[in-house]
Parts: sequence; C-alpha cells; structure tokens
Amino acid sequence: MRASGIFDKTYQKDIAIVRSWQHWMLLLGTIAFLFTIPLFASYYFINLLSNIFVTVIVVLGLQIVTGYAGQISFGQPAFMAVGAFCSAVLTLKFGFSFWLALPLSGIAAGVVGIIGGAPSLRIKGFYLAMATIAIFYVTMWVITHLKITGLAQGLSPPPPKIGNFVFDTDERMYYIIMIATLILTFFARNLVRSRMGRIFVAIRDNDLAAEVMGINLYYYKLLAFFISCFYAGIAGSLLGHWYMLVNAEQFTLLHALTYIGMIIIGGLGSIPGAYFGVIFLKLLDELMLFSSPFLVDMFPWLGMGSAASLSLMAFGLVLILFLIYEPRGLARRWEIFKTSYRLYPFRYGEQ
Amino acid sequence: MKKNEMKSRSIRPIMEIQHLHLRFGGLEALKDANLDILEGEILAIIGPNGAGKTSLLNCISGFYLPYRGSIIFRDKDLTRLPSHRIAKMGVGRTFQNIELYTGLTALENLMAARHIHMKRGAVACGIFFGPARREEIEHREAVEDVIDLLDMQSIRKRVVGSLPYGLRKRVDLARALCMDPHLLLLDEPMAGMNVEEKEDMARFILDIYELRRTTIVLVEHDMDLVMDIADRVVVLEFGLKIAEGSPDEIRNDPQVIRAYLGGKG
Repeated sequence: MRASGIFDKTYQKDIAIVRSWQHWMLLLGTIAFLFTIPLFASYYFINLLSNIFVTVIVVLGLQIVTGYAGQISFGQPAFMAVGAFCSAVLTLKFGFSFWLALPLSGIAAGVVGIIGGAPSLRIKGFYLAMATIAIFYVTMWVITHLKITGLAQGLSPPPPKIGNFVFDTDERMYYIIMIATLILTFFARNLVRSRMGRIFVAIRDNDLAAEVMGINLYYYKLLAFFISCFYAGIAGSLLGHWYMLVNAEQFTLLHALTYIGMIIIGGLGSIPGAYFGVIFLKLLDELMLFSSPFLVDMFPWLGMGSAASLSLMAFGLVLILFLIYEPRGLARRWEIFKTSYRLYPFRYGEQ
Repeated sequence: MKKNEMKSRSIRPIMEIQHLHLRFGGLEALKDANLDILEGEILAIIGPNGAGKTSLLNCISGFYLPYRGSIIFRDKDLTRLPSHRIAKMGVGRTFQNIELYTGLTALENLMAARHIHMKRGAVACGIFFGPARREEIEHREAVEDVIDLLDMQSIRKRVVGSLPYGLRKRVDLARALCMDPHLLLLDEPMAGMNVEEKEDMARFILDIYELRRTTIVLVEHDMDLVMDIADRVVVLEFGLKIAEGSPDEIRNDPQVIRAYLGGKG
C-alpha cells in the first residue's frame, strides 16, 4: 500500500515490504491487537482465531509447494499427522519438552515429505496429485497401525509448559499458536521474495528453462516439499498439544481438499492469499453452522443433520464461483486494489 | 578495431565438439558433427530447416544426449552432464520459442538467472535481513547493468507474460546474459521480428560482444544479418557440416549455394 508519487531511491527500499512509517504503525498495531485480543474477546472468538492460525500455517506450507513451486500436493494432512504424532510420542514416551518436540516434529514431517515428494521428480500435474493421495493413505495407514502412535485411539499429548506455567487453557495456547504463525509467515514471505521464491516460480512456470538456467530441479522440488511439510508438521504438533488429543480422524482427505480450496480462493502463489483463503472459508463454515438451523426451518426438505453437509455444499459452490469469476483468487483483487490506490488520483500510470 | 585485435588473440577454442552423433529413432539429426568454437568470436550456424542447428544447441545445453562424440568446454567434458551443471559452468542460452517464467516480472526473471552466482540457502532467505538482503542488492546491481545495456528500464516491473513478442525476446536474451556466461548460445534471436526489431537485436548482440567479450554462437535464418555480424559461419545440412569459414567464403561456396538454392550450384 503506497500512496501515489512516492518512489524508491535505493534497491534496498525497492525490495522492502514495510516501506513507510504508516506501514510500521499498521504492522505494529496489528501485532499489538493480536496480543491483546484475549483481554476482551470471547472464548468462542479466541478458539476460532487459534483454529484459523493453525490452518494458516498448513496453508502457507501448501502455498509454497503448490502455489509457488507448482507441485500439487494432497498429502498435507498426512504430514500434519506425522508432525502431531511425532510431537505426541516425543513428549509422552520420551519425556521431551514441547519446545524441543515442536521443531523436531516439523523436521520429521519434512523428512517424510521429501519421501512423499519424490514422485514429483518424475511426474507432474494430475499424476502427481494421484501419487500424493496415495502417499496420504499410506502414511495414515502406518500411523493407525503402529503401537507407538496408539493405534486407532490416538494419543493425548500434554500441554506445553515453561517452568511451572502450563499452557492448558485456550487463551494461553492462543499465544503460542499466534506467535508461531507470525514467525512462520515472516519466514514464508521472505522466502518467496528472495532467491528461493524465484526458483520455485521458475520451476512452476517453465521447468525446462529453469534447468537450462542452472536450477537443479530435483533439489529444489524436494526442498519445496520439505519446507511445505515442515509447516504442516509444526501445525500438526500445535494442534495436538492444543486439543491434547491426536488421532487419525483429525487428518482426513477432506482436509486436503479444503486446503487446496483455500489456496485457490485466496490466490495461488501469494502469501496474503493464504490468509485470505483460510479466513474466507473458516468464516463461511461458521456462517453455515449458525445459519443451518434457520435454513432447515425454512426448507424442511433439507432434512435434519444437514448442518455439516451444508457447509460442504457452500464450499463447493464458492469454489466453483471462484474458478469461474476470479480464478486467481482474492489476492488478485487485493493487488488490483493496491495498484489503484497507488495511482489515485491519476487514471494512468506505470509501475 | 577491437574486433580484429581480439581475433588475432583468439586462437584457443572455448568449446570443441568432436564427432557428435545424435539419433531420434531412424532419423540422424547430427552425423559426425565437428566444430571448434573459438574464444571471443561470433560464430553463426546456418542451414535449411531440419539441418540440426537447434539439435546441436540442445546437445550443448544438455537436453539431448548424443549417442557418440563429445563436447569439451574449457577443458572439461560436458557431454553427459545434466543441464543445470552445464549452466553453472558458464553456458547461457536463449530459446527459439521464448521460454520465460511467465508469472514473474522482467526484473524477477533476470534475478532468477543470477541464481547460479548466489549462495544463500533457504534459512538465510527466510530470515532475509542480513546476508540474503545484501546478496540480493549486490546481484540487483549486476542485473541493472544488463537492463541498461538492453534498454529495458521501462519494462522492469512488467509481468513478462503480458509483454509483446519482441520485448519477450529481449527479456530472454537479457536473462541469458544475466548468467554472465562465457559462451552465449542464441537460438534464432531474430525469428519472427520485423526489420526494425531485427536491427535492434543485431545492435544488442554486437554491444554484448564488444562490452562483455562474450563468445557468441548464433543460430539464425536471416542470411544478410548473419553475414554482417558473424566472424565465422558454419553451414549444416541434414546433420552434416558442409562448409565453414568467413562470411565471404561461405557466400561463394558452391555447396552452400546448392543447399540453399537447390540444383547443382
């Protein structure tokens, strides 16, 4: 967001994201707001926010591998599960502290992700999507058939703690999740604006040329999968310690579809897009949840117990509408808005 | 001029292509191609359609694997190396059908080409402030030099997918140049251009040659242009080298006249 007539005088300024004191105010204001929310917001709202943030982490990861590097992945919930179970096992069975288990579970998920992403070296597009679905099922099968991961019942990891302070309430957990989200967003945004981001887009847009330009496709595709799955692993671990419960039910293929839907609605290849998509769909979910009793009242033929399926139907409808009318997602609307703000009050302009 | 000076110094070949055979099923795209590319020259490869010009470039940049023969570049064999390794050794190229990263801006396309000279890993890039940003700015300066050289200031921040054909060709050339290659392969840089655009492109190629001393291999159809800017010309026909020499020698070579005009020549 830049007002008209302000130009960059150095390269450093040109590549900056936070450009002016207004931006700093906005950024610091937002962060201060996020930190003070639990003081006045309701229990329900904090839970919704935590939920959104955890999903944002997963979707940021997916945005990197699918939105930027162009390698479509339906395995994201499975990698989340790897992170969640890894963290639970480490804290429960080996007595690790949560603070150590969190990054370790991210790395574990990343390593599994490298194995899961290996097919991308040979196949792309539709075939890769199928392969990642297969990887999803294999991973989930392994998790539900190992004794150490509690078979089908799952595990109950303990809440994190520092000294005697235990993060056992939703407000306390909210802080951990929020700070993790902020750090990972910072990392992702920087990654995609630097050399790595350009390499990923190069692979997505033209893998042939990318290789001739000196990009080692194998290495960078797997790196994209690793980073993406690292994000999923962190999200899984946070989710497990927040609910104090992990089991296979929390990580289904439906989740994978929703995540893909989120990056499409938010806009492929955009970090703000990940936020837009997640917030949009989560709010839509809530809306359908609240309005379903009325809808059922109004249209009795919908039948009882249709609340859950109503939100799925709304998701499907919204996704179709986006694919038809704005296939580049909300992020593109945001870009258009920024550009027009930058040009205001002039009608034409370049850069 | 400089050009003649350089010619007298440049006896050492930068790349030696020896006995190169390439076959697609029953079709022999290259039959025993032998070619020396001398350091600091503009070498043009010409020939009728299907003569194997692009196949030769694709062998050099590692797309095709020749079944016999070798390519020696600066005393190293790169015949069986993967494409990205060849690029790192200093072979840059452009494409006949412009293969840009369509979703990136012109500037980002060029920055992406600097990748081979950048060292910071994923963690440094994610933290950004500090080493990664310093590196970014350093390479931005190198990219801006190329932008100035090829007169691309006004399209710096345009997404290349939306640029007109001529400008996209120019971004393609600029991207290859941003790799700081020792050897620059240009695959029909003037295909599909009008006279004015062709003249611009020829000017740019000569500028690059004079300012950067890059060895240039040029595959092109436009004979007049090739004769004007090349130091040496190689003629291929059906995968065979039928002539090699200065533009004047080529112009009067009976075999070349036969290949291009048909008949006995």
